[in-house]
Amino acid sequence: MRFVTTIIIGAGQSGLAMSRHLTARSIDHVVLERGEVANSWRTERWDSLRLLTPNWQSRLPGYAYDGPDSDGFMAMPEVVRYLGRYADVSGAPVVTGTRVTKVRLAPGGYQVSTSQRPWQCRTLVIASGACNIAAIPSQTAGLRHTVNSLTPMQYRNPGVLADGGVMIVGASASGMQLAREIHASGRHVVLSIGEHVRMPRTYRGRDIQWWMDAIGAMDVRYDAVEDIERARHLPSLQLVGTPERVTIDLNSLRKSGVELVGRLVGLGDGKAQFSGSLANNCALADLKMNRLLASIDDWVDENGFADRFPASYRYEPTDVGPKTRLSIDLQDSGIRTVIWATGYRPDYSWLDVPVLDRKGRIRHDGGIVAAPGMYVMGLPFMRRRKSSFIDGAGDDAADLAAHLSHNLDRAAA
Amino acid sequence: MTNTNSISTAAKVDNGVNVSALLQAREALQQAPEAAQFKWRAACEWVSGTHSRSAIGSFFGLGAEQSRNKTFSLEADHPQVFAAEDHAPTPVEILLSGLAGCLTAGVAAIAQRRGIQLHSVKASLEADMDIQGILGIDDDVRNGFGAIRVHFDIRADASDDDIKALVAQSQKRSAVFDIITNPTNVFVTVN
Repeated sequence: MRFVTTIIIGAGQSGLAMSRHLTARSIDHVVLERGEVANSWRTERWDSLRLLTPNWQSRLPGYAYDGPDSDGFMAMPEVVRYLGRYADVSGAPVVTGTRVTKVRLAPGGYQVSTSQRPWQCRTLVIASGACNIAAIPSQTAGLRHTVNSLTPMQYRNPGVLADGGVMIVGASASGMQLAREIHASGRHVVLSIGEHVRMPRTYRGRDIQWWMDAIGAMDVRYDAVEDIERARHLPSLQLVGTPERVTIDLNSLRKSGVELVGRLVGLGDGKAQFSGSLANNCALADLKMNRLLASIDDWVDENGFADRFPASYRYEPTDVGPKTRLSIDLQDSGIRTVIWATGYRPDYSWLDVPVLDRKGRIRHDGGIVAAPGMYVMGLPFMRRRKSSFIDGAGDDAADLAAHLSHNLDRAAA
Repeated sequence: MTNTNSISTAAKVDNGVNVSALLQAREALQQAPEAAQFKWRAACEWVSGTHSRSAIGSFFGLGAEQSRNKTFSLEADHPQVFAAEDHAPTPVEILLSGLAGCLTAGVAAIAQRRGIQLHSVKASLEADMDIQGILGIDDDVRNGFGAIRVHFDIRADASDDDIKALVAQSQKRSAVFDIITNPTNVFVTVN
């Protein structure tokens, strides 16, 4: 058994940012990593994926992008190198190849069992990510064995798919990108769409992420929004990172030939059934997007910057057409694969401390978990809108490191 | 601070909806999800021909039987072109009025919550039906509606987009909208 003041679980952006702050506060700690630094980015992403945020926005404590293309979007190997270099320059005490298998309460802290040696610590930071498991609806059970079923975590490129058509369930960033890529490979693609967040890649000459950063939207705190539960469960923005800065939306997918249908509500007897609520989900997304664009326009006007940017404009409303199908016979339609782009959730199966709510979510107040000396990082809108972004790890780590340090001091006093 | 703002705005707005009571109920039910389990009921008796009369009284919710101090009566029939006597609207028209009633209630509640004063809310509904389905002429034609169109005409102290957002949010939170747009298991027994 080895003792250390703080254990950080996970060497991604959150764990590394926290390590940097703990080092600055001279708090002895280790970062336990199941694989290598940036493991999820390394092993659980499809080939063509790029970050949805521009390079300049991958700011971490004491570290920033200094390459030639600050407005570009990193491909996964670049993200892995970027975080690997951060771990090096920070001198982060990462213990790789060490999977945490159990965390239990112990006198004055936590006992951490791993695939290697066991550890004990006084404080614990869970930075193992928000997207460990693909959240798949119960409807998968109704799928026939002749149809392949996979998640975006298993998908790599269209070449791995069986011949034939593909139904993609879910129209957030993952589903939209996969629909675009798989359709471009010459397959029939049906995209099932529930609630979604429409977002243009650029607006008035700037990247949308630049705007959200500029107007302060990314820094909005969790205790300043009216319905934080809702904000935390919003689907990811319909964005893709490409060198051409293309906007991906339902209009462009439909125009290219992707078949749009409503939310999947039934699967059985070889048939898929879809909700009739598609038009309203699109209306909600258009209105929400326009509210964001209006708040950007307001910010420009209030700051007297109107002459610095092109004039304001609006995008075409989403048009899914009058005849979206409510049910599809998968076999008749040649659908051989279903991809469940229905979201992700964290894995806490190793966490043997009663801090989960009835839906299996960790109970926390801005990352301060409902157990002494326990913290979590990197969850959607955890302390700020940017909490689950690389760019958000730094501010959260600063806040939580201060709290953690204060906790230790109090215990020592 | 966001809360204070919306409450002070809401105080000036009166759509006849007790939003704070609804919000308190929402809060209470988050703590006790079992109390959120409701059962709605209707009883129906055949009168004659296609004419029937439904009685709607008690329901179950908040962990107990909820009785009303009266029983509502709702009749249904079919028009004369169906060789019936047209004593009352057809069930599908009652369904449309159910959708309209649900969406309209939602608009009022959400407007109150968002501090929007309503002056008038009118909805008109139209649904397509190919009656070859119900008459058994063509098995490929479904019995139910091919499509439903709802048009809202709303006068309120708000921008066009804010009014559209009321209607969109109302659909998102509407029970009848959900019942119509999504499948539901129906179990029918006979004594």
